[in-house]
Amino acid sequence: MSHTSNRTISDAVTAETIATSGSIAPEAVARYAIGLGDDALILAQRLGEWIAHAPELEEDVALGNIALDQLGHARSFLSYASSAWEKTEDDLAYFRDESEFRNRQLFEQPNGDFAQTIARQLVASLYFQALYNALCQSTDQTLAAIAAKAIKEVDYHVDHSVQWLMRLGLGTEFSRERMQHGLNSVWAFVAELFSNDPLTANLEGIAVDPQTLQEEFDRLVKKAIAEAGLTVPTVPAARGGGRAGIHTEFLGPLLAEMQVLARAHPGATW
Amino acid sequence: MSGTKTAITDESSLDEAGAARFAELLANDQRVEPTDWMPEGYRKTLIRQISQHAHSEIIGMQPEGNWITRAPSLKRKAILMAKVQDEAGHGLYLYSAAQTLGIDRETMFEQLITGAAKYSSIFNYPTPTWADMGSIGWLVDGAAICNQVPLCRASYGPYGRAMVRICKEESFHQRQGFEILLHLMRGTEAQRAMAQESVNRWYAPALMMFGPPDDDSPNSRQSMDWNIKRFSNDELRQRFVDMLVPQAEILGVTLPDPHIKWNEERGHFDFGELDWAEFHEVLAGNGPANTIRVARRRQAHEDGAWVREAARAYADARMTEKIAS
Amino acid sequence: MTSPGDFGGRETWPLWEVFVRSSRGLSHVHAGSLHAPDETMAVRNARDLYTRRAEGISIWVVRASDITASDPDARGSFFESPQGKEYRHATYYTESDSVPHL
Repeated sequence: MSHTSNRTISDAVTAETIATSGSIAPEAVARYAIGLGDDALILAQRLGEWIAHAPELEEDVALGNIALDQLGHARSFLSYASSAWEKTEDDLAYFRDESEFRNRQLFEQPNGDFAQTIARQLVASLYFQALYNALCQSTDQTLAAIAAKAIKEVDYHVDHSVQWLMRLGLGTEFSRERMQHGLNSVWAFVAELFSNDPLTANLEGIAVDPQTLQEEFDRLVKKAIAEAGLTVPTVPAARGGGRAGIHTEFLGPLLAEMQVLARAHPGATW
Repeated sequence: MSGTKTAITDESSLDEAGAARFAELLANDQRVEPTDWMPEGYRKTLIRQISQHAHSEIIGMQPEGNWITRAPSLKRKAILMAKVQDEAGHGLYLYSAAQTLGIDRETMFEQLITGAAKYSSIFNYPTPTWADMGSIGWLVDGAAICNQVPLCRASYGPYGRAMVRICKEESFHQRQGFEILLHLMRGTEAQRAMAQESVNRWYAPALMMFGPPDDDSPNSRQSMDWNIKRFSNDELRQRFVDMLVPQAEILGVTLPDPHIKWNEERGHFDFGELDWAEFHEVLAGNGPANTIRVARRRQAHEDGAWVREAARAYADARMTEKIAS
Repeated sequence: MTSPGDFGGRETWPLWEVFVRSSRGLSHVHAGSLHAPDETMAVRNARDLYTRRAEGISIWVVRASDITASDPDARGSFFESPQGKEYRHATYYTESDSVPHL
């Protein structure tokens, strides 16, 4: 049996390094970090549902990598947030109820078919890219470090979704239809990403005001969709409210599944 | 096949020279490469074995994928996701190795989703509890590693190379499974019961992964002569049991076989007879999850067809554009 | 002939061979193969498949059908010439064995 490791020594920030660093998040920062962590966690959970069901084996591995990146970001944010109340990332992930989750509603939307997942990925990754680019400048060093690690990974997620957007948009007549349908399905949840975020209040210089990200997002997403021969949907925006704990009917079942085992054994370690 | 060859050689003398060269390679324990002459039986055996191995990796994603969304901690979720992802990668490496023998992946997929091909029957058992993630890692991957390490020296080059990569990547799979069980055994009473119950279910099927007893394994001799297989089924099974017993002690779980006993004379642990009737039932496709596993695979493949075709159409159109410009 | 495993247009996605440079100063080495619709996706799939554990800093992909290989049946004559020309190797020159820095 060989235990050779290819692991190179890395100084990448992870949930583990944050948990052991002893840095304590101020409560307002922690509440903000929960929102960011929930966005990434819920998306990772959705992407995890794809594994073993992707259109091709190579894509199983690709989606798995993206899900693992997202899960890594979620763990870092939640680990940092949990330090404010002497809790752990798992306390936050597994023992909060639906109304306590602060993710934007886009991320809880179901996978749909591959095109719908790509549409959600396109929006999500362009949003994350703009957000983490700005968050790298945060005066909170932990948030800045998490963003600096995440941004490199998210750049790749943008590329992945744009490549597929092009192939589905310009592939066959059927794939073009599916891709347009996918965009239409997720578009109602785009506006919420850039709406005022109550969790950023009083965190000037630390948190990123999402309203400042919209212009860059709009420019890039319009360009990508046009290049794929598709149309930017014009659908009414959903009411939003994810940051205030208001969710679509899809989050409840997702959390029920995610939390079922941990909650059946409160206090247990795994 | 075009090339730089100028000499005119007739086919039969080429075959004869090829056969002699093949025998010489095996005798010197050297590797056979895709373009070498090889007996049809060798080629067929390898295609069957490697593709079955690939199918097992792909089907094996399901019993564990089943728990990704419910993993009880975020760390375990990440580990499990990485592991299931590795299995997709391993299936892929193996399909590529089989492909060098003259069969394309699409054909192998077809054989899998029509039920024509076999895969390791272990993956037809369901995974009702989280502890099964531990048992699969410790027992199933443990048995797989015992089987696979000697395959790194299989006479067919591409197979051996794929196995080297797979064994390297899999070294974490068994450890993470062991650690899942270790945490359960150190946990609450309910967790300990969950671990023991799971080990009870997986122990015998894991031992059966090495295949039927040597007296009842018709193809083994030929595979050993071809340097594909290096140790017999029973040898590997014994080696595995010898490793398990002390590991079970560290875990604090009981292996569900009252006949396990150190045999000073043999220098090995004795163990009880396995229920081969059940093995043949599961192998014949009557396992608890056989139909579900194959149906899921088929659905993923069919649902993905339009995506694969779209990407192909996009590539073809771009190629045409390139040529036109 | 091309690389083994190439089936021309029979598969939906063609086969690609992947070469990975593991660190600066080393050559790209054949790592394995994969399926991808085109070169753009092939290099991405290769990144996801063959560098998940930080095995690489650079990747080449080439369509299996674009590889030209020496003829396996002519191997004997093709690679015979170097045999018997040991004088191309330093080890052939034994009289200078004990001379320093040579």
